[in-house]
Amino acid sequence: MLDPLAIRRDFPIYDAEPGLVYLDSAATALKPKAVIDAMNEYYLEYSANAGRGLYPLAEGATTALDMARERIARFVHAGEKETVVFAANATHAINLVALGLEASIKPGHNIVVTELEHHSNYLPWKELSRRRDAIFRSVKFTADGTIDTAHLETSIDETTTIVVFSAVSNVFGIINPVADLVRIIRKKNPEALILVDACQAAGHINIDIERWGADFVVFSGHKLFGPTGIGILAGKKESLERLTPMNVGGGTVLDACGPTTVYKKLPENLEGGTPNIAGAIGLAEAIEYIEALGLESVRAHETMLIRYALEGLKGAFGQRIHILGTDDPNQRAGIISFTLDGLHPHDLAHLLGEENICVRAGEHCASPLHRTAGFPATTRLSLSVYNTKDDIDRLIRTMEKISRIFA
Amino acid sequence: MTLYQDQILDHYRNPRNFGSLEKPTHVAEVKNPTCGDSLHMDIAVQNGTIADVRFSGSGCAISQASASLLIEYVKGKTVKTALSLGPQDILELLGVPLSPGRVKCGLLSLETLKKSLTDK
Repeated sequence: MLDPLAIRRDFPIYDAEPGLVYLDSAATALKPKAVIDAMNEYYLEYSANAGRGLYPLAEGATTALDMARERIARFVHAGEKETVVFAANATHAINLVALGLEASIKPGHNIVVTELEHHSNYLPWKELSRRRDAIFRSVKFTADGTIDTAHLETSIDETTTIVVFSAVSNVFGIINPVADLVRIIRKKNPEALILVDACQAAGHINIDIERWGADFVVFSGHKLFGPTGIGILAGKKESLERLTPMNVGGGTVLDACGPTTVYKKLPENLEGGTPNIAGAIGLAEAIEYIEALGLESVRAHETMLIRYALEGLKGAFGQRIHILGTDDPNQRAGIISFTLDGLHPHDLAHLLGEENICVRAGEHCASPLHRTAGFPATTRLSLSVYNTKDDIDRLIRTMEKISRIFA
Repeated sequence: MTLYQDQILDHYRNPRNFGSLEKPTHVAEVKNPTCGDSLHMDIAVQNGTIADVRFSGSGCAISQASASLLIEYVKGKTVKTALSLGPQDILELLGVPLSPGRVKCGLLSLETLKKSLTDK
């Protein structure tokens, strides 16, 4: 088992905020010192641009960026490191795909999303559909909080061009069976391209691009202990090669002068401009950190805490609490969202915040989900390796106190 | 200092002028889609004065208490006075500073009031 109190010593924020109860890792995870140090090392000791200069410092930066890409590729089981594209964040990565496929979307064809999606995996497709006169379809979710596979099947036909879904909903926190869903989609339409939003999966469950079989997988760096400002687009080489470079400029081109611009191969053709070098180095270090803990141990720790939190919340609030999604902790990736009768999520989150207990309240950038579920807003707690049973106890005790104020 | 002073909790639990008017001259409804707060106001204006006003809605304590406090304040005052109110006046009515994240909740009442008095 992981020792979260020992792990906290790796996270300097706990020195700055000794009483912190951080339960918002699904928004962004805290940063281990090793990640900060690796980025500082780049800025302090070899902060040259990558891929351009011929002097030793620049070669150092180029090598570090290259090694980071390789490290990330191994983590997500990408076949070749060239299939790992650096983006500014996951939203940017999704937009690279949506814009890169724009020309291939035919009017009257359809794009399939799900009602579980974060706005970042919803709006790029909604807007793309609108621009191309394509049909925008949204697949329902079940009461358990997973994608409704029967509705997914009937939503896909021979004119479906793209299907996108999240590996884990950022509100329900329930793990979708990605490989099975990909098989279902392929069976209905082998030509449709599939994008998986793995933001809430990364660092919690194994991202296995080969096994999943999707064309594109995206995730952000900052949710798995990495820095902000870096996201990853990965996937099948032949699918990534179908993307028209939309963020063109420095670093993307072989021949900029001729009548037809000749672009570089993957991944450079999709990475216009100086990449977030420190960010990539930091993300690779974050992956190093997770793998040293062991993804299975991380998962076991989170599942134990989720079980503890589910039992504690239901024990304390009984019929007053409404937890979204299945009760089975094994199906969750560190997230619980709920509503509490008589207490608005904003009031609850604000008052918890006054006790330095950090949870998220609102619609979590998932308004289609909230509209369908029938809640204007929910309160979300999300866990990571530095959380303890004591965090959950403090959360519940403080919630009880707040509840009494409002009673 | 906690945002949730007795005055705010009191107005949240026992909102003043809650309900609707049979013959309002001015009506508005405003929603804050990101958190689901909503306010509806019915106003009866007579000779440039807010003769009567009622509100209904749902949402967090800050949005609902601020509506109750604001309505209590503008009732009997002129439309001109009501339209001249600014965010600072709402903060003074609430009696506590709002953090940036909660300003929207606190000002939903003012937005609804102004919308009803300017729309017909």
